[in-house]
Amino acid sequence: MNITINGEKEHLTGQTIVISDLLQIKNVESPEMVSVQLNGKIVNQERFQSTSVTENDELEFLYFMGGGENK
Amino acid sequence: MIDFTEDQLERYSRHILLQDVGVEGQEKLLNAKVLLVGAGGLGAPVSLYLAAAGVGTIGVADNDVVDLSNLQRQVVHFHKDIGTAKVDSARDKMLAINPDITVKTHKTFLCADNIREIIREYDFVVEGTDNFPAKFLINDACVMENIPFSHGGILRFDGQTMTVVPGKSSCYRCTFRNPPPPDVVPTCSQAGVLGAIAGMLGTIQAAETLKFITATGDLLTDTLLTFDAKSMNFRKIPLKQQKDCPICGESPRITKLEDAVQAVCGI
Ligand SMILES: [Zn+2]
Repeated sequence: MNITINGEKEHLTGQTIVISDLLQIKNVESPEMVSVQLNGKIVNQERFQSTSVTENDELEFLYFMGGGENK
Repeated sequence: MIDFTEDQLERYSRHILLQDVGVEGQEKLLNAKVLLVGAGGLGAPVSLYLAAAGVGTIGVADNDVVDLSNLQRQVVHFHKDIGTAKVDSARDKMLAINPDITVKTHKTFLCADNIREIIREYDFVVEGTDNFPAKFLINDACVMENIPFSHGGILRFDGQTMTVVPGKSSCYRCTFRNPPPPDVVPTCSQAGVLGAIAGMLGTIQAAETLKFITATGDLLTDTLLTFDAKSMNFRKIPLKQQKDCPICGESPRITKLEDAVQAVCGI
């Protein structure tokens, strides 16, 4: 299947994949460090294991970023 | 309309020349009140540019003192300021650039108990904090008080920012929901940050502030701007207000600040 992650086209084998598996394949260290937007909708973290990605889906992995002050 | 002095006309001449700013825009800047939360890597460039731009009242909230390890990126603080309160150090530099402005210092941690009262005095808030409880606290307080703000984050070679206009655009919580568990996301003090990244992101936040005040151009509302300075790729990711957002959605779960952000006061 062909999907788009952070604006880049990606080809994956298989017809479908759940978000938690996709995060693993894409080497996201922890599912808790990203917010995932699937076709414009934010997916709750509790649903990462039950939400499937299919052909032509558009995903954004939005990373938490702190910064600024040195605490 | 205020009468500009000759000095003011000269000082702000490059703004006044801009069709989108002009004397009207400069007057708006002189009348504006902006609060910087955090006088660190992001707050530093923001404070310098807003002072230079003639933002009439600039508040700065921070409870830290200047440390040697800050000086690699927090360009508002100088070597001689080590050990000085960051709010005082930032105030001195802002007034040295532009004695025309007023600077208010808030040497305190913003907590659920005090934040709403403090931000209420301001037209716009610039968020440049390093910890997630504070970022969510600022979002929630700004949504509740209906005060627009700029979110900023940096790490290693990357930066991200969005502008939130409560009631009109999606908020930080629409996209990021809840603070990540401690230690899942490294901080700059753990993972490092290239000093100039703070300048890149902070000046974007300063530009958004000036655009908001002068009602110029299109803000980064419903948009997450991200960049990776290694490749110098910039992306604008469209965001939407989420119906199930815990604070600005259809049935908000968070109705009091204490509910979500107890952690922040203890830091
Ligand atoms: Zn929201």
